[in-house]
Amino acid sequence: MIEQELIRCVTSFHPGATGVAGIARPSGGASQETWSFDIVHPGGNIGAILRRSPKGYGAAPTRAAGLDAEARLMQLAHDAGLPSPKVMHVLTPEDDLGTGFIMARVEGETIARKILRDEQFAKARPMLARQLGKVAAGIHGLPRAELPALREMSSTREIAEIGREYRSFGWPRPVFELALRWLGDHDPGPSREVTLVHGDFRHGNLIIGPDGVRAVLDWELAHLGDPMEDLGWICVNSWRFGEIDKPVGGFGSREELFAGYEEGGRKVDPVRVKFWEVMGTLRWGVMCCGMMQRFRIGPDHSMERAMIGRRSSETEIDLLRLLAPRGD
Amino acid sequence: MQDEPTPIELTRAVADFLRNDIAPIISGHNAFKLRVAVNMLDLVVRQLTSEQGSDAAEADRLSKLLGVDGSLIDLNRTLAEKIAKGEVDLATPGLSEHLWQTTLAKLAVDQPNYASYKRELGRETK
Repeated sequence: MIEQELIRCVTSFHPGATGVAGIARPSGGASQETWSFDIVHPGGNIGAILRRSPKGYGAAPTRAAGLDAEARLMQLAHDAGLPSPKVMHVLTPEDDLGTGFIMARVEGETIARKILRDEQFAKARPMLARQLGKVAAGIHGLPRAELPALREMSSTREIAEIGREYRSFGWPRPVFELALRWLGDHDPGPSREVTLVHGDFRHGNLIIGPDGVRAVLDWELAHLGDPMEDLGWICVNSWRFGEIDKPVGGFGSREELFAGYEEGGRKVDPVRVKFWEVMGTLRWGVMCCGMMQRFRIGPDHSMERAMIGRRSSETEIDLLRLLAPRGD
Repeated sequence: MQDEPTPIELTRAVADFLRNDIAPIISGHNAFKLRVAVNMLDLVVRQLTSEQGSDAAEADRLSKLLGVDGSLIDLNRTLAEKIAKGEVDLATPGLSEHLWQTTLAKLAVDQPNYASYKRELGRETK
């Protein structure tokens, strides 16, 4: 348990805090952990989230921005008035809790099936696509000079990286080959504007309340690149959870997303968005294959990993629907 | 020759036991994991049921498309290489239809409730 370390940490950075309560681990990532707890305070308890890499998990995978960068980005987004939790404390070595940060807990729902079906979100659903367009515009408008160091990606590099990763599995997938060819043939080239890209702007990383979007989470894949990538990624069919005729997260239309984005003062390039939707579909498919590898080789020999490996075929049918659609 | 019951019947019996007798009496994270386990066994049953037929049809289409014979994995490797090199594309007669049939057969095993699959299956049977 981490209770003693957490008490010491919280009482050192939060004036008046006397302890912690209700420590729980809502989700279990392998290299990054999320813990929920309350800061006990005479003026009323304060909901908090610890996001950390435990000690000994220092080395981040090549695509990860790093927890320090995540904390900085969340704080920047918060300060810019975007829906983002306030960062309360960035862990130091003295905290003895690994690397990471503590942020305010935002109440709401992240589970797509509930957001798409529960009555309490019925009023929010028709607003979400437009709201998220505006939020994306805000993210892409964060000033470059204030951003932490981030990797820079382009469409051309992304095609090469995804292709290399797919080939490393040594398992032929003609539909993925077709998608790689299509992406190469339709590569839009360098973006006129390079901005902060959230990199994982979709269900699961969005806290939704009955009033709409409350927070954008998980900046692990943040990078510099083509802003249209975020708009394409949120349209990937895998995040529609069955509502396949509503391309934005199963709740809205591209038109609404784009209108919100332009309300946020930025221009949409629909051709680039389509490119990134195809790219995103392939990327999720390749990620599913990667889960299969991790299941087989280790360290995570879980049934869940194994079954996600069997979901790569979902992206194959979605790629065919995008690239070789059959008539109605 | 191995005796009966068949692997399909054996696997289905385990899945039914877990689903009908165990699932109602456990809760929390273990209930979630049990659902995953039952889904896995159901997938195995679907694969054992349909694999022979769909593999044979796939190999047959690939041989015609590529003009060579070989194992299913080798034929798929050859097709993958030809698509990568641009020697075969969607303008090639039979490619689109082959990829569709192959993918539908995979979804029928992996995820028959996937909405895109159900939509496309509706087209098939029209």
